Amino acid sequence: MPSSYTIERRDYPPGDLAIWIFILAELLVFAIFFATYAFTRSNHVALFNHSQLSLNTNLALINTLALITSSYFVVRAVAAIREDKTRLCIHWLIAAVMMGFIFLVVKVIEYHHHYHNGINLRTNLFFMFYFSLTFFHFMHVILGMVILSAVAIKARQGHYSSTDFTGVETGACYWHMVDIVWLILFPLIYIMK
Amino acid sequence: MKYQSQAVAKYYFIAAITLFVGQILFGLIMGLQYVMGDFLFPEIPFNVARMVHTNLLIVWLLFGFMGSAYYLVPEEAETELFSPKLALIMFWVFLAAGALTILGYLMVPYATLADITGNSLLPTMGREFLEQPTITKIGIVVVALAFLFNIGMTALKGRKTVITLVLLIGLLGLAVFFLFSFYNPINLVKDKFYWWWVVHLWVEGVWELILGAILAFVLIKTTGVDREVIEKWLYIIIAMSLITGIIGTGHHYYWIGTPRYWQWWGSIFSAMEPIPFFMMTIFAFNMVNQRRRNHPNQAAVLWALGTSVMAFLGAGVWGFMHTLAPVNYYTHGTQITAAHGHLAFFGAYVMIVLTMISYAMPMLRGREAANSNKSQVVEMWSFWLMTVSMVFITLFLTGAGIAQVYLQRYSDTPQAFMVVQEKLATFYWMREVAGVVFLIGLLTYISSFFVGGKEAEEIA
Repeated sequence: MPSSYTIERRDYPPGDLAIWIFILAELLVFAIFFATYAFTRSNHVALFNHSQLSLNTNLALINTLALITSSYFVVRAVAAIREDKTRLCIHWLIAAVMMGFIFLVVKVIEYHHHYHNGINLRTNLFFMFYFSLTFFHFMHVILGMVILSAVAIKARQGHYSSTDFTGVETGACYWHMVDIVWLILFPLIYIMK
Repeated sequence: MKYQSQAVAKYYFIAAITLFVGQILFGLIMGLQYVMGDFLFPEIPFNVARMVHTNLLIVWLLFGFMGSAYYLVPEEAETELFSPKLALIMFWVFLAAGALTILGYLMVPYATLADITGNSLLPTMGREFLEQPTITKIGIVVVALAFLFNIGMTALKGRKTVITLVLLIGLLGLAVFFLFSFYNPINLVKDKFYWWWVVHLWVEGVWELILGAILAFVLIKTTGVDREVIEKWLYIIIAMSLITGIIGTGHHYYWIGTPRYWQWWGSIFSAMEPIPFFMMTIFAFNMVNQRRRNHPNQAAVLWALGTSVMAFLGAGVWGFMHTLAPVNYYTHGTQITAAHGHLAFFGAYVMIVLTMISYAMPMLRGREAANSNKSQVVEMWSFWLMTVSMVFITLFLTGAGIAQVYLQRYSDTPQAFMVVQEKLATFYWMREVAGVVFLIGLLTYISSFFVGGKEAEEIA
């Protein structure tokens, strides 16, 4: 994006300002979801605690590690492009996307397990929230992967350099948002008693 | 006007405005029938007036969208329209189909219309907003396909821009979701469920893409702000529209026999639907503030800014008012819905079509960039007359709605529907007066096309 607008960048916030508006809007949606969950849970503590037992915490932990690792990879990708190492940047981005892919596979295994046991959206309030929240996040992981892939393709076409890397930062910011939301979602739904 | 073929848009715009007048006249007729039940009975009963009022709205907005696309796409693609002749043929087909349908509504009883048009072969009639005879619906599909083909081919052979892409996705969605008007299941729950796929996924889904694209186009033209900046905003606005709007369909599924989770999904996602509209407001004002030049067509800029504000108020705020399931439990199908419907349709879709007409019409009529100062002043008067009177219509209906909810549903001694309607008469009278002012605004708008024609163009 070689326009005068994008070159004239400030250090804070990193990435494009537009993505931050989008991130804030997304966080608002998740915040409402989390608040509704918390409010509903406070009225049905026993039901929520009991239902929670059937969740697979180990798989969720694997997913947490996958996302945290992917965020680290994204950080390395930004660092690489800042040093004009385009190829390295692309490799780190691909690695991050692969971690996202692992997340999706593990999540599908979890969904399959529930489906197999006859648990779905209509089972009870807890599972309504469990499926809605995690699936909404699942879709965000996919969107994040699409964005990172688009950034990788643009990097490959030579659109980024040590002086113009706003696009890489923009993608990175979105991916970190996807990661952070999971870091709240994981304890909230899987762990909290 | 950069390309000769853009001229076809003029036909569509003139038809749109003409049908708009018809819509408002029928609105006034029904408004009066609210307080004088037998006004024009039996010639034009309330149900017919309502059908004509809503159907004309949809048809003229479609004319407006198509006209906008025929003007916008060649300019964005930097090439002549693929087939101006096809666009013109489809114009007459659509106009004839629309006129015949409205005449059918007015001249024969609805059941007879169903018989004449062979509804029994493929029954699709009898559902709110989708009352058109099956043959008309097929006509709409044919026109939509020919239109998409024409626009799509134009975009393919020329420059591809984000605005064209978003507009095309919106228009394609419009055509695809309309197909659900042909699905008419026996099961009432399913019937309503998919009916909303036309109604909701149009106005709270794909139409928002069309709105965003047209707004972005007019802003690029009138402010001179970098295309990249505007496209970026367009991306996040449509992403947010779709994220909130698609599952937001659930706010219509609370009480129709669908699973309970829709109450949660509908409430949470639709509560977020004001966000993209708020972004649009910020976007429009930001772009105008960052403008690189003062476009001579200030009326168009006023319409563009007005759209962003009124869409947020009408669709966003007035929608949010009754979108949460516990609130909607009381407000469902009351005058609150009518209030929301009026301001949302006017603020979002009427105003965006008028924005585009305001921007394009001077060029289509052979001017360099804008109408004369005199004409613009009259147009701006019409903007304020229509906008303010529509706000009053909305406020009176909201007042009526709140009273209705209380008297009919919330109080300890709920009263019957018609008993309550009698008590709301004052609100309905005030709404009718505001409606007359709206008509005056619309006539002022039309007169703006005929004043100051000989004056030199205003160069700002």
